[in-house]
Amino acid sequence: MPKLTIDGIGIEVEAGTTILQAADMLGIEIPRFCYHERLAIAGNCRMCLVEVEKMPKPVASCAMPVGEGMVVRTNTPGVRKARQGVMEFLLINHPLDCPICDQGGECDLQDQAMAYGRDRGRYHEDKRAVADKEFGPLIETFMTRCIQCTRCVRFITEIAGVPELGALGRGEHMEIATYLNRAIDSELSGNLIDLCPVGALTNKPASYTYRSWELKKTESVDAMDGLGAAIRVDTRGNEVIRILPRANDAVNEEWLSDRSRFACDGLKHQRLDRCYIRQDGRLQPAAWPEALQAIAARLKGVPAARIAAIAGDQADCETLVAMKDLMASLGSPHLDCRQDGAKLETGVRASYLFNATIAGIEETDALLVVGSNPRKEAPVLNARIRKRWLKGGLTAAVVGPDGDFGFRHEWLGDGPATLAEIAAGRHPFFEVLKAARKPMLILGQGALARDDGAAVLGLARTLAETTGMVKDGWNGFSVLHTAAARVGGLDLGFVPGQGGRDVAGIVAGAAAGEIEAVFLLGADEVEMNALGSAFVVYLGSHGDAGAHRADVVLPGAAYTEKSATWVNTEGRVQRGRLAVFPPGEAKEDWKVVRALSGALGKPLPYDGLAQVRERLAAVNPVFATLGAAAPAGWGAFGGGGPVAGAPFVSPIDNFYMTDPISRASKTMAECTATFGATCGCNHQKTGTHG
Amino acid sequence: MLRDQDRIFTNLYGLHDWRLAGARARGDWDGTKAILERGRDALIEEVKNSGLRGRGGAGFSTGMKWSFMPKQPGPRPHYLVINADEGEPGTCKDREIMRFDPHKLVEGALIAGFAIGAHTGYVYIRGEFVREAEHLQTAIDEARAAGLIGPNACGSGWDFELYVHRGAGAYICGEESALIESLEGKKGQPRLKPPFPAGVGLYGCPTTVNNVESIAVVPAIMRRGAVWFAGLGRPKNSGTKIFCISGHVNRPCNVEEEMGVPLKELIERHAGGVRGGWDNLMAVIPGGCSVPVLPKSACDTVLMDFDSLRDAGSGLGTAAVIVMDKSADIVRAIARLSHFYMHESCGQCTPCREGTGWMARMMGRMVTGDATLDEIDLLEQVTRQVEGHTICALGDAAAWPIQGLIRHFRPELERRIHERQASGTRAA
Repeated sequence: MPKLTIDGIGIEVEAGTTILQAADMLGIEIPRFCYHERLAIAGNCRMCLVEVEKMPKPVASCAMPVGEGMVVRTNTPGVRKARQGVMEFLLINHPLDCPICDQGGECDLQDQAMAYGRDRGRYHEDKRAVADKEFGPLIETFMTRCIQCTRCVRFITEIAGVPELGALGRGEHMEIATYLNRAIDSELSGNLIDLCPVGALTNKPASYTYRSWELKKTESVDAMDGLGAAIRVDTRGNEVIRILPRANDAVNEEWLSDRSRFACDGLKHQRLDRCYIRQDGRLQPAAWPEALQAIAARLKGVPAARIAAIAGDQADCETLVAMKDLMASLGSPHLDCRQDGAKLETGVRASYLFNATIAGIEETDALLVVGSNPRKEAPVLNARIRKRWLKGGLTAAVVGPDGDFGFRHEWLGDGPATLAEIAAGRHPFFEVLKAARKPMLILGQGALARDDGAAVLGLARTLAETTGMVKDGWNGFSVLHTAAARVGGLDLGFVPGQGGRDVAGIVAGAAAGEIEAVFLLGADEVEMNALGSAFVVYLGSHGDAGAHRADVVLPGAAYTEKSATWVNTEGRVQRGRLAVFPPGEAKEDWKVVRALSGALGKPLPYDGLAQVRERLAAVNPVFATLGAAAPAGWGAFGGGGPVAGAPFVSPIDNFYMTDPISRASKTMAECTATFGATCGCNHQKTGTHG
Repeated sequence: MLRDQDRIFTNLYGLHDWRLAGARARGDWDGTKAILERGRDALIEEVKNSGLRGRGGAGFSTGMKWSFMPKQPGPRPHYLVINADEGEPGTCKDREIMRFDPHKLVEGALIAGFAIGAHTGYVYIRGEFVREAEHLQTAIDEARAAGLIGPNACGSGWDFELYVHRGAGAYICGEESALIESLEGKKGQPRLKPPFPAGVGLYGCPTTVNNVESIAVVPAIMRRGAVWFAGLGRPKNSGTKIFCISGHVNRPCNVEEEMGVPLKELIERHAGGVRGGWDNLMAVIPGGCSVPVLPKSACDTVLMDFDSLRDAGSGLGTAAVIVMDKSADIVRAIARLSHFYMHESCGQCTPCREGTGWMARMMGRMVTGDATLDEIDLLEQVTRQVEGHTICALGDAAAWPIQGLIRHFRPELERRIHERQASGTRAA
């Protein structure tokens, strides 16, 4: 390990570390624009110049590996002068529009100009102006502000795997542009905004609506997909202005998918902000006591066996446990959290977790993706697979929907038959998995949410066991969830009890008149027309399919409006925080369930959040530990029997619209229109369209 | 003065047959097998002892460069890349070699390739050199048909293939790492160093990049010996060099001369003297447009080699001697060079991207005098802010001519400003 001295302080670091990284370890700040720890080194901004003894010229510390006995100085007059020179060059063609620039206040260039800028310009020539580019509905461009650091080009090429951006032209005429002058078709494009050190790429939906210092920042977790990415919710007053990723190396590194980032305008539209009761076929506004009384009155005398509950994709664990307890006290076994009908079981926790963990993807050497389009279902996780693939030595294959996932893979087949063949050892890929050191299987909901899902799950277990995926210190059997609520629901046992009906059973029962009342906890993906004449109570945040069908609507809180717990696809228990209050008369969902229990005469035994959380931990001890993905024990699960011939289909048809919030979002609607042709939902535009 | 028997490029003027038969008649491809049989280490040692310094401009020891290649070939192949992207204004030496003596280059490529353990060589030739590329390709085809290169080249047991790759007209692709990028099919932008090409070069493999002239003199060194080559010129600046004399001389020409020849002798003897006599000389840019200009006072005595010119505040560069007599508009000449660098900057790193344009615009105003006196200092400072802060040497190359101008011709700049201010008008 080389030893070196930086500003007189000695440090020993691993060989291959750069001077800048070593300085960071010592807490010595070196300014940088183009350098980003998760991107390839470009070394082009020249802001990080330092002096190294015995080197004739100042060196770019971001790119210079440390050497034994190096003597580095970062604060000499020469270094300062070099950086001031670079800063001046960066500023000569940079517009002085900070007062109207959305990046103002959080701009690297602004910050560094305070340290290295002059008080006035010496450049008296004409400034350069660059035509703005069209990057699609999410990213606003002000290319005159661009300092050509190429972070965006490197991100989209390396991390996102969509090589659509490049630096065109040379010299002063170098411009960042999409090669074909079209919107950036990546599910991770929003990260370009975070990466841009200046205001060249900004948040289009939120443009000109905020100044960064006005915003209150609340650290929370995302509930738009099964990943549970760490987010920061930026709010002003009671309005969510934007959502940014936080660094969490275990889950999302520092990336966030476009839906998670940009669907936040859906929090302002189609909101349920008061109770409604259906009267004469129309939903009429009502006060809380009326609504709760209406439910109590309707349920009076209804036998528990005729009451059911379905949890939606974003339900939090507090609400789930309260609802489960309520159903138990009513005596009904008909409850289900598997809205999509996935044939997952609760007996063995490892059977429904992403056991390999997201960070564990980086260790696998053979990967089989079954029934999933990871790029659409979990773009950030998909970027991990790509990261692993770029490192080399990964053999990947896909059974089910094929596509451009950003990593090279072999497509083996489209349905369960291929999976059965592999599991039986009759397919060459079986040997690949068997020979691998850490083989991995990603099992998507597209393989499970079907009639033969249990058999497919069984096949997957067989495959995992026979190829040695489950061993000491490694479990490659990984179920990829698309819903934030799913793992929590399974952990809490929000599944049919003894003799209970699952989602399909509940719907069929309602249609047949055997189920009289259905509680929908933000469940909007159920076939509403099939619910027959059942009395439907909808508790949720948005006026989506469920509310339209409901007989009583109870307004709940969206994920940014409550302090709540979710469990991500890895089984990581994470807590979101309240960033804004629910609108109007809406309440945190578990409180609504608690109030409902009172109205029904079966009051739940908890009155505060702390008590609910105690109850969570009592139901399943995993809830006692936050933030960790504990390994789960293996066991027997999955069914046998024949599998159907139908191909696996990814559960996500349109990436931009998967849940009530994103369906209410104008931004997501624009994305759907822009990327429609490639989002798999047949919005193909013709030359004469619109 | 170089004796005729010491001349390496005996067909520099194209008076003889450039094809294989002619080349053989001049001694090329004679005993190449025996040369290769001396072994890698001996060849590298020979080049080191000859004192050959790279002819592309930087003057780095060629033998040293070869010795940086891994001694034991690893799993990755080695590559030889020959830089024939001769774009330096005023320079036309490689072009003449490829036109009239291509076999010297092909033979040199084989020897160099063998010495560095490369089975594959690429000649990255400037796109504008159409005929030169044709001649070179013909020479390669002839040599291959004659078994001189290709499998078991010259019967030595060494396989060596040489490919011609034509550039697309970017000056920056003459920078070795940008050349490698371009050869790989990417945008021609210099790479960060370290790692150096000898470690991570073409396609990530160990690579040596040499100038055409450096490679073309290698066979002569091998045949005549390092001692002969080192005996020409001056210590540490040995051998012969092709000088390209252009501008206000009576007979612009390319000429092979000993290193360290006095500039005055070079111009007077070979180029027919400065137009209007030596006293009509104003300035000389001695090494292609990237080096600072020398005023007449320095030209009287300076010797044409790397170290003498460096001591005189300039550089040998590519040895393209651009002569300007007193009729030349020196400010406009340098302003044109600044414009060239602005146009050719790749735009990758900040100081060069922004600085070359700034310098060019200020130089544009200096030509007409539309400036203030303190802007001369500002211009000087801007060149200092660019110099040494960039990824490649193009930033330095853009800064140095202006620095030379200000150092030697500041009164001329001031005169123009005063005149313009006195006239009270602004140029259109």
